[in-house]
Amino acid sequence: MIQADLTIILPEVILAVYAMAALIGAVYTTKDALAPVLVWTTAGAMALLSFWIATNGDGTNVAFNGMFVDDGFSRFAKVAILLSAAAVLVMSQDYMARRDMLRFEYPLLVALAAVGMMMMVSAGDLMSLYMGLELQSLSLYVVAALRRDSLKSTEAGLKYFVLGALSSGLLLYGASLVYGFTGTTLFSGIIQTVQHGEISVGLLFGLVFLMSGLAFKVSAVPFHMWTPDVYQGSPTPITAFFATAPKVAAMALFARLLHDAFGGVIADWQQIIVLLSVLSMLLGAVAAIGQRDIKRLMAFSSIAHMGYALIGLAAGTELGVKAMLMYLAIYVTMNIGTFAFILMMERDGKPVTDIDALRQYAKRDPGKALAVLILMFSLAGVPPMLGFFAKFGVWQAGVSAGLTGLVIVSAIASVIGAFYYLRIVFYMYFGAENEDPIETRATPVLWVALMGSAALMLVGVFYQFGIEGAAAAAAATLVN
Amino acid sequence: MDNILSIVTFIPAVAAGILALFLHGDDAAAQRNAKWVALVATTVTFLVSIGIYTSFDPSNTGFQMVEEGEWLLGLKYKMGVDGISVLFVLLTTFIMPLTILASWNVTDRVKEYMIAFLLLETLMLGVFMALDLVLFYLFFEAGLIPMFLIIGIWGGKERIYASFKFFLYTFLGSVLMLVAMVAMYADAGTTDIEALMNHQFSSEGFSVLGIYIVGGMQTLMFLAFFASFAVKMPMWPVHTWLPDAHVQAPTAGSVVLAAILLKMGGYGFLRFSLPMFPVGSAVMTDLVLWMSAIAVVYTSLVALVQEDMKKLIAYSSVAHMGFVTMGIFAANQQGIDGAIFQMLSHGFISAALFLCVGVIYDRMHTRDIEAYGGLVIRMPAYALVFMLFTMANVGLPGTSGFIGEFLTLMGTFQVNTWVTAVAASGVIFSAAYALWLYRRVVFGDLIKESLKAMTDMSSRERLIFAPLIVMTILLGVYPSLVTDVIGNSTATLISNYDTALAAAEAATQTAASQ
Repeated sequence: MIQADLTIILPEVILAVYAMAALIGAVYTTKDALAPVLVWTTAGAMALLSFWIATNGDGTNVAFNGMFVDDGFSRFAKVAILLSAAAVLVMSQDYMARRDMLRFEYPLLVALAAVGMMMMVSAGDLMSLYMGLELQSLSLYVVAALRRDSLKSTEAGLKYFVLGALSSGLLLYGASLVYGFTGTTLFSGIIQTVQHGEISVGLLFGLVFLMSGLAFKVSAVPFHMWTPDVYQGSPTPITAFFATAPKVAAMALFARLLHDAFGGVIADWQQIIVLLSVLSMLLGAVAAIGQRDIKRLMAFSSIAHMGYALIGLAAGTELGVKAMLMYLAIYVTMNIGTFAFILMMERDGKPVTDIDALRQYAKRDPGKALAVLILMFSLAGVPPMLGFFAKFGVWQAGVSAGLTGLVIVSAIASVIGAFYYLRIVFYMYFGAENEDPIETRATPVLWVALMGSAALMLVGVFYQFGIEGAAAAAAATLVN
Repeated sequence: MDNILSIVTFIPAVAAGILALFLHGDDAAAQRNAKWVALVATTVTFLVSIGIYTSFDPSNTGFQMVEEGEWLLGLKYKMGVDGISVLFVLLTTFIMPLTILASWNVTDRVKEYMIAFLLLETLMLGVFMALDLVLFYLFFEAGLIPMFLIIGIWGGKERIYASFKFFLYTFLGSVLMLVAMVAMYADAGTTDIEALMNHQFSSEGFSVLGIYIVGGMQTLMFLAFFASFAVKMPMWPVHTWLPDAHVQAPTAGSVVLAAILLKMGGYGFLRFSLPMFPVGSAVMTDLVLWMSAIAVVYTSLVALVQEDMKKLIAYSSVAHMGFVTMGIFAANQQGIDGAIFQMLSHGFISAALFLCVGVIYDRMHTRDIEAYGGLVIRMPAYALVFMLFTMANVGLPGTSGFIGEFLTLMGTFQVNTWVTAVAASGVIFSAAYALWLYRRVVFGDLIKESLKAMTDMSSRERLIFAPLIVMTILLGVYPSLVTDVIGNSTATLISNYDTALAAAEAATQTAASQ
């Protein structure tokens, strides 16, 4: 029995054992000198695992009496998580090494966070949900404060920790209420109570608290306050990491909880998700207009994007989950490219994040400027870039679920949001002359990440590498 | 050539790709190569597109040369032309080589400039050929990107304001249309334009936020599409982006904007609003007719007081587009034929007028009417060309401008006499502002020192104007060249429209009698 269980969670076990073994190995040997190697081996391990999961996974397997679920949905999310984490790791190596920040703990903490995220998306029980969430969060708190001698970085870490702890508290309180009113922590048990129409006020209370805790993790308004500060304060590679894998994991967990445990009472949670979505899209669009710091701007951008992804969740249908997964996959790809560019921005070896510094950048480096242009239009959701199809997908799901009002609001928000993406293009192509130009030193990895994701935004319109089919299959296993 | 439409659409894009990948450097030789590649590509596109015209069968009212393929998210790649769209395709391929020729003096980032124009051509052609809702939207919307860059990079002093205004105005209109498209997809289960034309959208009235909506779904969808097309046309009162965009855009940008991009709005009304939401259109007809009439009179008056030549012509464009919307929503044979004719003729005339401004702007670097006067003494050939197009703009019989205005007025007269009366006065105003402009720029004594060294048009400039002159006069004296091609398609459009309205009317009556 235990052996069968272990086979199912083998990828998680491998990654966890690898992280701990590497940690011990590094501590007892050369410590930080080993860091560059560890970055590459960790990224390689993650890439191999994602390949393994994508090719070998089959059907729905339940381990540990339902606490851990390995199905098409979780495999889709895991592949996205592992690939984006691996990409961010290799992108950050040069940046961190040149600023003397490359500690051996960094790749291992990312690996542990990835294990936590894999647990999250496979959770079939409130306890495994919380375990995965905390493993992820604790690793993230530490990497946010990786630059111990930087005031902003430590502040970011502390802020993230305090607010994160608060949200975990909300989540736990909600979980305890749900347990109290259903007598079980298993999703499959909760849904039975729920579907018998016995949704009492207490259970509803628990659901709301659970959702508040998760909304914090996806940085949906009004639980978004930590996002701009943490994005801005953390070292840029860490910000890139925050903006990608954890967002996928948290959204996937959100979908899992709502569909697996509360699938029968869509009406009870749909309005909450709609509210979160509307507020996120509008605040993300409006608040970003005043930002001059590109990392802060990307923080608001990610808040807005989570709002769009939540439309898919709000639909409460298979089509909606599929659209949400597609949205996340495309969002992660765009963000990896954008952050690859932000990692390149520097002046005299010091990182620059002021968007003013991009003035007339297109004249000095037309190739990279074109890639950023494509990414910005894609983030804004202008066709023919892939970002448009992401939005089209969630709108399609929203309208067919009868949420036309939500879709109209999101259309208006996307116009407001287009303004700040356009402004970056405007600085690069037709801003005033720049006295003090930035350099964008591209290592091969960063160059490939930037150009590759920009190219994907265009190629994706013609060929999607089977993502659409995989997302559809994943959604079908979750909603049935 | 089974896929001639795709070939025509993507020749410019391929040329743009070649420029982007294989042309390096920014020296004189590279600039010359970029210009020649662009010119050859657009000319080849035009020559191939003649094949569309010759193999087009006017007696067939359906879509012809249809291509179909699978695409993502359950959408289809489907292209085709009918009598309404085929001439717009030709207009686009005809104008583009001229705009490239008109940009021969560009020196700043020539390669990027040519790439932007070539991509723009592909996207504009796609708009007129797409037979899938989302494919249409993709082309329609993506065209904003190159135009945004053309205005923003190669524009005048206020280019940044103008480019942002252009982009955000049109983007807002378009996303509302996109929401309606998503709703149509949800309702009909397909994005195929042909299938959607045969789909009956519900026209049962209902209340939203306490407001009763006559025509229900159809009216709401009509309004969403209207938001997009009215901005694109542009119709009063959402026309304010156009003068800014025109004034700041480089000459070639203005030409494309006036000659082709504005036509997408009118084309959209004919392709979507009338056939798919007949009840919604009928509900809104009076409003649209009056908006058109106001546009004609108001923008003509505004044009009278302009001191900037481009701005004056831009306002005159808005006035002429007023005739187009009027003709379309008259929804009878003369009206719609006239609207399409007017759009094509305006494509030639406004392009030529902006080129006329470009000719003297290249020499003097100002568009102020004040700065000119007495040009006829130094530039007789220019004076002749400018006069021809001024007259065509006024609608002098014998030029294409007359036919369009006359047909639309005739069509509208049968529907709404008052609107026609108001709009007809616009014809007089247009004579006033156009002739006055001509008098101030071309006639009078040549007293300004700066103008004494002006040279007449070069052979390159003459070459640009020659085809436009031919087309303007040819269509003016032989309009059946156009009406024969579009006639059957518009007749079908109108009969379907009337049938749908009658059916809806009958349904309401049955519901009332029960």
